[in-house]
Amino acid sequence: MDNEVAIIGIGMHPFGRTDALSGQQQGAHAVREALKDAGIEWKDVGVAYGGSQDGGNADALSNQLGLTGLPFVNVANGCATGGSALASVIAAIQSGMAEIGVAVGFDKHPRGAFNPKPKDWGLEDWYGETGLMLTTQFFALKTRRYMFEHGITDDALVRIAQRAFRNGALTPHAWRRRELSYAEIAESMAVNLPLRKFMFCNPAEGGAALVLCSAKHARKYTANPVIVKAAVMRTRHHGSFEVFNPGLAAQQSPAPTVMASRAAFEFAGVGPQDIDVIQLQDTDSGSELIHIAENGFCEHGEQQHLLASGATDINGRLPINTDGGCLANGEPVGASGLRQVIEICTQLRGQAGQRQVPGTPRLGYTHVYGAPGVSAVTILQAG
Amino acid sequence: MNLDTSPKLACPDLLRLGGEHPVLLGSRCTDCGEVYFPASEGCTRCCSTAMETFALGSFGTLWSWTIQGFQPKSPYNGGEAEADFQPYGVGYIEMPSGVKVESRLTLADPAQLKIGMPMVLVLLPYRQVPGEAPVYTYAFAPA
Ligand SMILES: [Zn+2]
Repeated sequence: MDNEVAIIGIGMHPFGRTDALSGQQQGAHAVREALKDAGIEWKDVGVAYGGSQDGGNADALSNQLGLTGLPFVNVANGCATGGSALASVIAAIQSGMAEIGVAVGFDKHPRGAFNPKPKDWGLEDWYGETGLMLTTQFFALKTRRYMFEHGITDDALVRIAQRAFRNGALTPHAWRRRELSYAEIAESMAVNLPLRKFMFCNPAEGGAALVLCSAKHARKYTANPVIVKAAVMRTRHHGSFEVFNPGLAAQQSPAPTVMASRAAFEFAGVGPQDIDVIQLQDTDSGSELIHIAENGFCEHGEQQHLLASGATDINGRLPINTDGGCLANGEPVGASGLRQVIEICTQLRGQAGQRQVPGTPRLGYTHVYGAPGVSAVTILQAG
Repeated sequence: MNLDTSPKLACPDLLRLGGEHPVLLGSRCTDCGEVYFPASEGCTRCCSTAMETFALGSFGTLWSWTIQGFQPKSPYNGGEAEADFQPYGVGYIEMPSGVKVESRLTLADPAQLKIGMPMVLVLLPYRQVPGEAPVYTYAFAPA
């Protein structure tokens, strides 16, 4: 395809807690790092899309980066904010609107679990008042049902968390860098059974940014561009099992992840068997468990064996969340999807150090999923 | 449970009282027959807005469950001190129409909860603050 777009710069502000910096400052830091990586300046950027959930407006980053007059669009798509910003920049470059574009996500959440209000979700007060409106509950209920239908035991949930923290320990910029033993995870506090404390990620802070341009110009800027083969976002259909639903439809329908994944593979002209390194949304062990199959990397129920055999480890056949994912990095909602893209770029460039996937990975995959039923998938290729 | 006077309900519109068991109320699309809980003003399946009230019944089976292991933040208003918080069960109950209703459970013991077990609708005093009338919500108990 001669209209392809490439990632020519990546930049992050480390995830975790940075009390001295606002979310916007962490976003601006990420943009500066990405510009430096691409060898360009902010005034070279022709369009920007970005967002945060709790960190303020993205277009206010211009106050720190420079008031160059560029069109800067605020994106607000929850967990898919980064994916939506990326897809929008790609479309803008493909349309000829700009030669170089920036996608940025950042966030700074209050400590503790997210604290949603029923009215913001079109729900009545009783749903929150009676103790039903918790994301951790939703993940647990969905995971419990999935494990029942596909014959999966708690072992799989423990192994997902164990691998996340093992990989996090190898990742210099990760937030949680301590390996946890099987027993520590399996015996941690029962938050919402079957999910325990160390099977959940925490809200966090951080920033992530990408610089993109038309693939045919990419080598002007970098020796190792990463080509975006697909960037797809989909929302839920009737019957999908989503968060904050007092009632579920009689007939279940495929999740938005399934629709986004299929479309991305079709668009890129490749299949799950071609992917060398994978990032899946792992707000909790149960979500990753489900997402391995929903994204086509195995049949439903095969995860138990895959995880136990080490196939999803860095040296395995399907390396998943090589930087520790959300479990080890936390989830600054606006930035999280772009962190995934940055980790895949780092792997495809062969720059991942101790956590580098062996061989020469050529194709990578990222997947986010979030409320109220959105999913974004990218397929990336070493250029 | 003594309900001599009419109980204070967190969600009066969802329930019909007066019979042997409370009955959950939802809605049904008169165009395609899809059933909703709680009642919906429109059908997300066929996009119709022709909806009628539909009684979901009082009995179902446990479809999924968890135990709420920590005290939720506001807007939860159970009213107990953090030190007094007791974990509670939450589940989805599959009703005869096939709709799954999210609900508090009267049990919070993992050993007693099994997917597929028969359940019945009851009222649960989820908020009991000294000096106030208790506030009830719907819940499911083993049938
Ligand atoms: Zn309908």
